[in-house]
Amino acid sequence: MHLFSMFLKFQHHLYCLCLPQIRVKPDHTGVVTDGVKHSMNPFCEIAVEEAVKLKEKKLVKEVVAVSCGPQQVQETIRTALAMGADRGIHVEVSGKDYETLGPLQVSKILAALAKKEQADLIILGKQVADFRDSGTFASEVNIEADKLKVVREVDGGLETIKIKLPAVVTADLRLNTPRYATLPNIMKAKKKKIANVKPADLGVDVSSRLEVLKVDEPPQRQAGVKVETVNDLVGKLKEAGTI
Amino acid sequence: MTLRLWHRQSLMTTQLAELPELHQMMRQTCRDYAQKELAPIAAQLDKDHKFPAKQVKELGAMGVMAVEVPESLGGAGMDYLAYCLAVEELSRGCASTGVIVSVNNSLYLGPILKFGTEEQKKQWITPFTTGERVGCFALSEPGNGSDAGAASTLAQQEGDEWVLSGTKAWITNCWDASATVVFATTDKSLKHKGISAFLVPMPHPGLSLGKKEDKLGIRASSTANIILEDCRIPLGNMLGERGMGFNIAMQTLDSGRLGIAAQALGIAQAALDCSADYAHKRTAFGAPIGKLQAIQFKLADMALAIESARLLTWRAAMLRDAKKPFTKEAAMAKLAASEAATFVSHQAIQVLGGMGYVTDMPAERHYRDARITEIYEGTSEIQRLVIANNILKEYQQ
Repeated sequence: MHLFSMFLKFQHHLYCLCLPQIRVKPDHTGVVTDGVKHSMNPFCEIAVEEAVKLKEKKLVKEVVAVSCGPQQVQETIRTALAMGADRGIHVEVSGKDYETLGPLQVSKILAALAKKEQADLIILGKQVADFRDSGTFASEVNIEADKLKVVREVDGGLETIKIKLPAVVTADLRLNTPRYATLPNIMKAKKKKIANVKPADLGVDVSSRLEVLKVDEPPQRQAGVKVETVNDLVGKLKEAGTI
Repeated sequence: MTLRLWHRQSLMTTQLAELPELHQMMRQTCRDYAQKELAPIAAQLDKDHKFPAKQVKELGAMGVMAVEVPESLGGAGMDYLAYCLAVEELSRGCASTGVIVSVNNSLYLGPILKFGTEEQKKQWITPFTTGERVGCFALSEPGNGSDAGAASTLAQQEGDEWVLSGTKAWITNCWDASATVVFATTDKSLKHKGISAFLVPMPHPGLSLGKKEDKLGIRASSTANIILEDCRIPLGNMLGERGMGFNIAMQTLDSGRLGIAAQALGIAQAALDCSADYAHKRTAFGAPIGKLQAIQFKLADMALAIESARLLTWRAAMLRDAKKPFTKEAAMAKLAASEAATFVSHQAIQVLGGMGYVTDMPAERHYRDARITEIYEGTSEIQRLVIANNILKEYQQ
């Protein structure tokens, strides 16, 4: 699993966490990581965009992009820098540790890093549901005084809440439309710094608490059955025992 | 269909591994833009003969309309390799947009950047970096294309003005342009050494446009005649020195042909994308046609032609960036890429069979778009002459 986070700094930082596309390994022991281009997933892009927008509105002082994973994740950090983040932090986790890296270890890493960097606001892609905080599924984020006003998409509709900083927000699809990195920004990104950090430096033990027994792809979607009339449909449903 | 293809390709690091990181990022950003914003509208732009004004502005904001122009003048300040990558990726989405970007960068901004005074650069470059305005390049005439030295458009000095008269033909972008670089004879007796280059704003009194040509391909870009009748411009609008025009044109075309090579690569790649995808999906004789050797051999030849031309293009661009001679290599790149585009798009229709012949699939558009790449900015025949002359020079006794 490749994990990507973003820190935003008003006086502090903002996070964004992302998960890439994954494919199951043929031997069912895990997911394929070789040769998979570690690109930012759409939710992360949205989180990065939101962070950069807050900075452009001058509500935020510094945007820091954070990623946990092997060497390749630096590419995604550079992409975030090209979109407008100020600097990056690469938490190096590779090999076996990376394969067994789970949500628990990542939360510990991010929490430790957030404390160290004094992050005020953490924006994550919405795939990460392990963070307990109320600013999840955000479709609108505003800063009012020292509070964060978040409009959330919930099952019943939209919910507007105010939360005190430091806070965690997860980005949903409708939060914004991520920008394309401009060529001048790609050039500038080259000069921005990416710091290298090991989990041990943050006092986090990444050894796995879980043993993966088996990984399976979801079952192939079965073909449906076409029926001619409503009565046929009712009949089929009765046959299947669903009504 | 193509979206999933491009995504799958982005999972393969091999294509991008050789380029420096900066160039990879830049290529990816152009690829993303082309995939999301150009490919979905390309067919409609082609049908409507419509200039993609909104997209050109967005590309301007990204810095793509002025890749090599220094940041101080409003450009992206990147190198020619980056520019070639950008044009290829954009052309893969929409060949017309690719040529619009290429003409603005190479044929309009190129000569002004190289030969313009500081004043001219500020006036004629900066407003053309944002995508709000595009420029064009007026060299060819109804009476001469390849024979550029025989320009019959005249420029006569009258007091503190140049008066231009004559007709230019086949001018890409002209219906959408806000300025043009025009080549006219200041001294007919000096033949090609009597040609000079001029900057003319558009619209301008004395400059009118012929009808928009109804072309086989690249239909979203406009092509027409520029008619000059008593067209008066200040003396300060001459670009470079008097009599330098032919030289300026040739040097500009040397670089411009790399932009066209890149466009041809994009078209060829799009045609290959289309074919390979179809080979997976279309079944015949009980299996996907990709299992048949006849199709496999075609795909292999198509991919080989593209990759060879691509490497030639990159190499020529890198030589240019290193300020080394690159005329022969640029001619080779343009020749290889344009012939690859026509070959690959022809084979793509063959792979698709009947489906390749209808507008439901993009193969027919790639076929139509590809054809011009063997003609403009130096025909394939001219490229062969350039290459041969260089070879003979190398072997001079």
